[in-house]
Amino acid sequence: MVSKHLLTRLRTLTRPAIHCRRSSNFCPNPKFLHELQSRRYSDAPQSSPAASAPTPPPASNLNSKSSLNEIELRKFAAIADTWWDAEGPFKPLHVMNPTRLAFIRSTLCRHFGKDPHCARPFEGLKFVDVGCGGGILSEPLARMGATVTGIDAVEKNMKIAQLHADLDPITSSIDYHCTTAEKLVEEQRKFDAVLALEVIEHVADPAEFCKSLSALTSSGGATLISTINRSMRAYATAIIMAEYVLHWLPRGTHQWSSFLTPEELVLILQRASISVQEMAGFVYDPLTGRWSISDDISVNFIAYGTKSSE
Amino acid sequence: MNRITARRVTFNINALKLAQRTLCGGAGVKLSGADSDQEIADKHGFHGNLPMHDVAIVGGGMVGMALACSLAHKPLTNQLNVAIIDSNPALLSGGCIKKEDPPDPRVSTVTPATMALFKEMGAWKYVEQHRHAYFDKMQVWDYTGLGYTRYNARDINKEVLGCVVENKVLHKSLLSCLQNADFQQKIYPCRLSSMAMQPSSSSSPHGSLAKLELSDGNSLYAKLVVGSDGSKSRVKELAGINSTGWKYSQNAIICTVQHTDENRCAWQRFLPNGPIALLPIGDNFSNIVWTMNPDESSDRKSMSEVDFVKEVNSALDNGYGPHPKSQLSGSSAFSWLTADTTLSANECFERVALIGDAAHTVHPLAGQGVNMGFGDAFSLSKVIAEGIAVGSDIGEVTLLRRYESERKPANLTMMAILDGFQKAYSVDFGPLNVLRAAAFQGAHYISPLKRNIISYASGEQRFPLFS
Ligand SMILES: Cc1cc2nc3c(=O)[nH]c(=O)nc-3n(C[C@H](O)[C@H](O)[C@H](O)COP(=O)(O)OP(=O)(O)OC[C@H]3O[C@@H](n4cnc5c(N)ncnc54)[C@H](O)[C@@H]3O)c2cc1C
Ligand SMILES: C[S@@+](CC[C@H](N)C(=O)[O-])C[C@H]1O[C@@H](n2cnc3c(N)ncnc32)[C@H](O)[C@@H]1O
Repeated sequence: MVSKHLLTRLRTLTRPAIHCRRSSNFCPNPKFLHELQSRRYSDAPQSSPAASAPTPPPASNLNSKSSLNEIELRKFAAIADTWWDAEGPFKPLHVMNPTRLAFIRSTLCRHFGKDPHCARPFEGLKFVDVGCGGGILSEPLARMGATVTGIDAVEKNMKIAQLHADLDPITSSIDYHCTTAEKLVEEQRKFDAVLALEVIEHVADPAEFCKSLSALTSSGGATLISTINRSMRAYATAIIMAEYVLHWLPRGTHQWSSFLTPEELVLILQRASISVQEMAGFVYDPLTGRWSISDDISVNFIAYGTKSSE
Repeated sequence: MNRITARRVTFNINALKLAQRTLCGGAGVKLSGADSDQEIADKHGFHGNLPMHDVAIVGGGMVGMALACSLAHKPLTNQLNVAIIDSNPALLSGGCIKKEDPPDPRVSTVTPATMALFKEMGAWKYVEQHRHAYFDKMQVWDYTGLGYTRYNARDINKEVLGCVVENKVLHKSLLSCLQNADFQQKIYPCRLSSMAMQPSSSSSPHGSLAKLELSDGNSLYAKLVVGSDGSKSRVKELAGINSTGWKYSQNAIICTVQHTDENRCAWQRFLPNGPIALLPIGDNFSNIVWTMNPDESSDRKSMSEVDFVKEVNSALDNGYGPHPKSQLSGSSAFSWLTADTTLSANECFERVALIGDAAHTVHPLAGQGVNMGFGDAFSLSKVIAEGIAVGSDIGEVTLLRRYESERKPANLTMMAILDGFQKAYSVDFGPLNVLRAAAFQGAHYISPLKRNIISYASGEQRFPLFS
């Protein structure tokens, strides 16, 4: 199910980073690091239609360490009404939902020592869903018993999420807020599990964002991040297929250059004191129209990490 | 001298239908009596001031009860708050069935697959406390008498091919099983009169609840409505699921016979106007299902008991091959039950799923009717459990489609087989009969094919018969 081989590879790859956790200046692999920091502006393939207008660095964000990327947020605000339309722009998330939730359920049941056969294994646990959008992930987590806080930078998303959650007494307890991870850090909030699914590719500074996620994770807690790989296959499937051929997503939803590879994600998480324990891929079978969990992380992947005690 | 027993029950098989949607688009099927105020749900099983349930099972027949039992026995679903809506007094009385009671003519052939599922949820032990009969042989023969096939459980390494149980025993066993489970269920002793999807806000077409109105004037809400209310399903009607299709007309007579010796062989014989089947039901009793065309059945309806008995006997023996010596026993008033037989598929809508006869009714030939229904019930409960595991809303159409995609091929295949049998044996074309007889003779010797037929009939195989 999980790519063990890959993980060992990743561990060896990122080991140097463990030693320089708090002092990135002395990282023994400066070339790789440099690439990490600058790739958003220089790494776009020439032929990429989606990346023809690379995002300019939002000047205001550089100092304030905000994760907000206005251009990305505007894209989401424009389609906020369609969150719960299973055939709309968020169809891929709806279709992928049972599969990613199966992964989340099994990893978190193991992590917290809960019985996976019970209906509400997460009873008594506090989860935060960062970049929760319309609540596609928050609602199932609440049904599984978790006390869920959902946050998103787009106000309209929070309205839609709240309206929808109110339709079911179990989900109406979800606490939705229009805020950012870094603001919750300022408020010194802590959660047993921190989830940011399909968000990191839309934020201004992934490394800073991961630090915020880590700060929100209580010690012994878990962090889950899913995103799209910056691979040629991801480019072909996620962008060309989803945005241009199938028209699942509005064109320009994804900026290929801002995708992270699994290695990069593990590295920046490592530096944020999160050690990745498992990684899995999601693959789409066009014949059955279903997603399944696999060890092929070349397109969509999810990482589960634990907060290393400091 | 033979005496007619129990009741002769007839039913019309007058339409072979396939379900068709009248309304398309998964979201918000608009139904009668919609009510526009949106109430906010609370956490105590009430929505506004009306009771709210996770699942409302409309129709507590064998299939509906099997679903309730199955939900009650799965760790993922046993916390669900379930409503069972049925005016059938048997659901409340809990009266017991006496072993001495004469056997009821309404029986089912339970396949090994269904038996295994009953055992898993602890319902089979209640069946075993009552009259039931395992059979390990099945003999099917053509009415020309030239060909017959004998199936033996040993051919497929099984102890039995099935078990014949009276419907009331199956029903009672499921009820006992449910009562002994630690499960939140509420029985509403009335009928469903109307159903409406609670209007949903424009931004959230999937969040609505179903509102059910009952014959006693009360209402309730449910996240998922399961129509297990039989072939004249009100749920199906209210959800706008239509049945259309091609027709053929047949009736059947059901009665009980007594043998001089114990019989463990199920018999089936194809007569010009339809098959006659004999199923052992224990204590030397057997059940007969005799299918015929409407003219014949109306003739027989007006016949005297004595003449009717003669007809049954001649249909049974008529000098063709060995058969159990049967003697019609007991006596009671004739009662002719007429039921439309429709074939439709397991269609799903937002918040509505159909199971059992509500989704499909088939010719009783091969005793698959209720087994298909049990198959639906177990499949739906499995899909609900899988949905709960990943935190889905159990009324979500995407979840229900998984049930639909699991059951539709299985049921359509079975329907096609039964329809094929039906068509092949209900027309009398002289020479063709010989060919059919030969085909049956063939089946007798080609053992892989035979094995396929048996395993299909015993509910273990999902593939088309001749694959
Ligand atoms: C004469 C006959 C012989 C048969 N022989 C065999 C056989 O040998 N083997 C076999 O496998 N199958 C046989 N079948 C088929 C088998 O009986 C059915 O497939 C089976 O009973 C289906 O069960 P069900 O629970 O779906 O429906 P039903 O048993 O019809 O139950 C429907 C329930 O819904 C309730 N209901 C109806 N309307 C409403 C409403 N509006 N509100 C609330 N409740 C409602 C009814 O009270 C009833 O309890 C036979 C059928 C008939 C008619
Ligand atoms: C692709 S959606 C994913 C939604 C949800 N996590 C899911 O997987 O179903 C990305 C969401 O992240 C939000 N988002 C983007 N940048 C953000 C930021 N810096 N802080 C919080 N939310 C952000 C967007 O508004 C959008 O709703």
